[in-house]
Amino acid sequence: MSTFAAVVLFIGVTAYAVLGGADYGAGFWDLTAGGARRGRESRHLIDQTLAPVWEANHVWLIFCLVMLWTGFPSAFAAITTTLYIPLGLAALGIVVRGSGFAFRKVVVRTDQQRATGAAFATSSVITPFFLGTVAGGIASGRVPAGGHGDPVTSWVNPTSLLGGVLAVGVCAFVAAVFLTAEARTRADARLEVWFRRRARASAVVTGAVALAGIAILHADAGRLFDGLTGRGLPLVLISAACGLASLALLHRAAPRLLQALAVGAAGTVVVGWGVAQYPYLLGTQLRIDEAAAPDATLASLSVVAAAALLLVVPAMALLFVLHQRGHLDTT
Amino acid sequence: MPGLSLVTVGASLVPADPAQLLPAREQMAFTLGFHIILVPFGVAFTFLMLIANARGIRRNDETALLLARRWSQVAAVLFAVGAVSGTVLSFELGLLWPRLMGTYGAAFGIPFAIEGLFFFLEAIFVAIYVFGWQRMRPWPHFWTGVPVVLSGIGGTLSVVAANAWMNQPGGFTMRDGEIVEVRPLEVIFNGAFGFEAVHMLLAAYMVAGFVVAGVYAAGMLRGRRDRYHRLGLAIPLTVAALVTPLQIFVGDIAAREVYRNEPAKFAAIEAVPTTGTHVPEVLGGYYANGKVHGGIEIPSGASLLSGYSPSTRIQGLDAIPAEVRPPDRLVAIVHLSFDTMVGIGTALLGLSAWYALAWWRRRDLPRSRWFLRATTVSGVLAVVALEAGWVVTEVGRQPWTVTGHLLTRDAVTTSGNLWLFFAATLALYVAVGATTVYVLRLLRRRWRDQGGAAETDVPYGPARGPEATPAAGQP
Repeated sequence: MSTFAAVVLFIGVTAYAVLGGADYGAGFWDLTAGGARRGRESRHLIDQTLAPVWEANHVWLIFCLVMLWTGFPSAFAAITTTLYIPLGLAALGIVVRGSGFAFRKVVVRTDQQRATGAAFATSSVITPFFLGTVAGGIASGRVPAGGHGDPVTSWVNPTSLLGGVLAVGVCAFVAAVFLTAEARTRADARLEVWFRRRARASAVVTGAVALAGIAILHADAGRLFDGLTGRGLPLVLISAACGLASLALLHRAAPRLLQALAVGAAGTVVVGWGVAQYPYLLGTQLRIDEAAAPDATLASLSVVAAAALLLVVPAMALLFVLHQRGHLDTT
Repeated sequence: MPGLSLVTVGASLVPADPAQLLPAREQMAFTLGFHIILVPFGVAFTFLMLIANARGIRRNDETALLLARRWSQVAAVLFAVGAVSGTVLSFELGLLWPRLMGTYGAAFGIPFAIEGLFFFLEAIFVAIYVFGWQRMRPWPHFWTGVPVVLSGIGGTLSVVAANAWMNQPGGFTMRDGEIVEVRPLEVIFNGAFGFEAVHMLLAAYMVAGFVVAGVYAAGMLRGRRDRYHRLGLAIPLTVAALVTPLQIFVGDIAAREVYRNEPAKFAAIEAVPTTGTHVPEVLGGYYANGKVHGGIEIPSGASLLSGYSPSTRIQGLDAIPAEVRPPDRLVAIVHLSFDTMVGIGTALLGLSAWYALAWWRRRDLPRSRWFLRATTVSGVLAVVALEAGWVVTEVGRQPWTVTGHLLTRDAVTTSGNLWLFFAATLALYVAVGATTVYVLRLLRRRWRDQGGAAETDVPYGPARGPEATPAAGQP
């Protein structure tokens, strides 16, 4: 029962990493798109692609938080009493990002768009970084089961910083692939080239960071390293293969296939982390079954998960399909 | 039962409050107080929008469609700010109150999980509705708005279930300070769930109704008395006027339920120092040193209202063990907040009656400028009443976070730097709040410049994209 709840929780984490991550990555490209005139078209595409979906993608985060504090309350308390600095900063980043994006859609003057856009874009980079350090802190076993771990070294350490940088990189890569596809759908050859170049660059950089990460994890988080090179190895390899394939096919393959590959590359890393950590919820500190709430609570969560499968998944599919087919007008 | 745990927990208390308690409470109060203003716009404003939309399609009413479309844009901005400020609350539950979540999350979390489901649906359909105006057919587009309204209602009921549980906790068994058994249905349908949920839901509809009506009333006071403004006032005010009497009725039930099941809160609401019969109802006044200073006293009023008889016995603050008795300052806040809420509710009932009377006699809005002035103010008043009501629920429970089980001072985090975090939050929220107001005024100015008729983006207008399907039912 507790394993099932943990799997549901981890599906949420993966969905947020991929879908929310793509939105954060779009913010990264928004930030680096250049001055108001030069970056105008790419920002417009980012705006149109993100507007209808970012809030729904954001809900995965709430889903994860709720699943965690209901299904594994002691783990949630341990995480929040230890990693409160990056979590607090991520929370503030989420406010700046969401409101900045919503406001930019409404204001028209260039200086106002610049200010709201900068708020949105900067926090789109900062927030996944801090969430990445949180993941690194948990994965490397720096959150004690009783909570109240070191407030600084729990997230300022090699594995956490790797997690933060990797999160930003993966988000940027997935977003660039999605935006390349979006540009192609809209038959905008110039933007397609623009984003394809960025997809390639971010893939190379992220791949290099991931490679360097092997050494970091080996030195800093032994158990996680063992898990990733042991039980989690197939997933890590699939991720690498997806990344390489998307890089190779960036020029030719259909947008759908590219998107699937990018999602595969990002998603399997996250799933790999989960598999490597199993049966622990907090690094090497707290086992899933130890942290779990009573069975009736887990059963309620399963009912909610089943309802989500029946209601939310089709609704979300409807949203994505309408968006893809151009039925949602975001101008 | 609660009385017993009051005594046992009270005996083992550490008297001094930890230093983190004040900043944590202030931060939670501030962020929650900010978020709660946005809630009615996600929950109830969308309903007003759908009324305008349906009317627009059915009667081929361009003005109603224009209103609906503009309201959906406002709703989209407020929904975004509400979604992110709501997320901060989820973080804060853990960051500020880890003992609450770590110990009681297994029970307390269940309604939140259900809320998550509704929030998902709401976010999805808000997007489809808001961005679907141009390229979807009118009725299918309208129907994508219905799940928004329904999930808004569902979400409100779930979140309030969690809050109600903190007031009247149940449905769990504890052993050695840990929850070992949970009865989910008892958690959700706890003693306070029914009246709290309905009260909050109606409050959301009142706030959205009076605020939106107030905006158009202000415009009409400045001479803009076109059909656009009249309809913009009539739709929300009709909803608010229908809801207000219901709310007073539900509020009355709620007060009696609190009297029966949350005696400590009731004692604070009525500012009753000593247990007894023939307890007077004191309107206003300030509670300090064990009695109310000032205010208007109605002899036996509180006893009459709670038990329909002057000999009804009301438990006073003296019945609460000293260690868990709320300080006078908090009693004063709860008492004044309650009076504010009831006072405003009564005033809004008067406004509703005025509107209903004019409508009944002439099928038209009242013509007096005083009516428009009152409607303009009603929006602000409704928000104040909402905040006051929330203060009654939350502060009225103090010093408990989970009544009878967990003291707020024990729920709070032991981490430091809370003032710093609070200052950052305060600065950020002030900026976000100010920008929200600015952006809404910007929209208003833009729309005013366009005028009602010159609107270029008429809903269900000519499809602009090559791939778009032609809209049916075109005027």
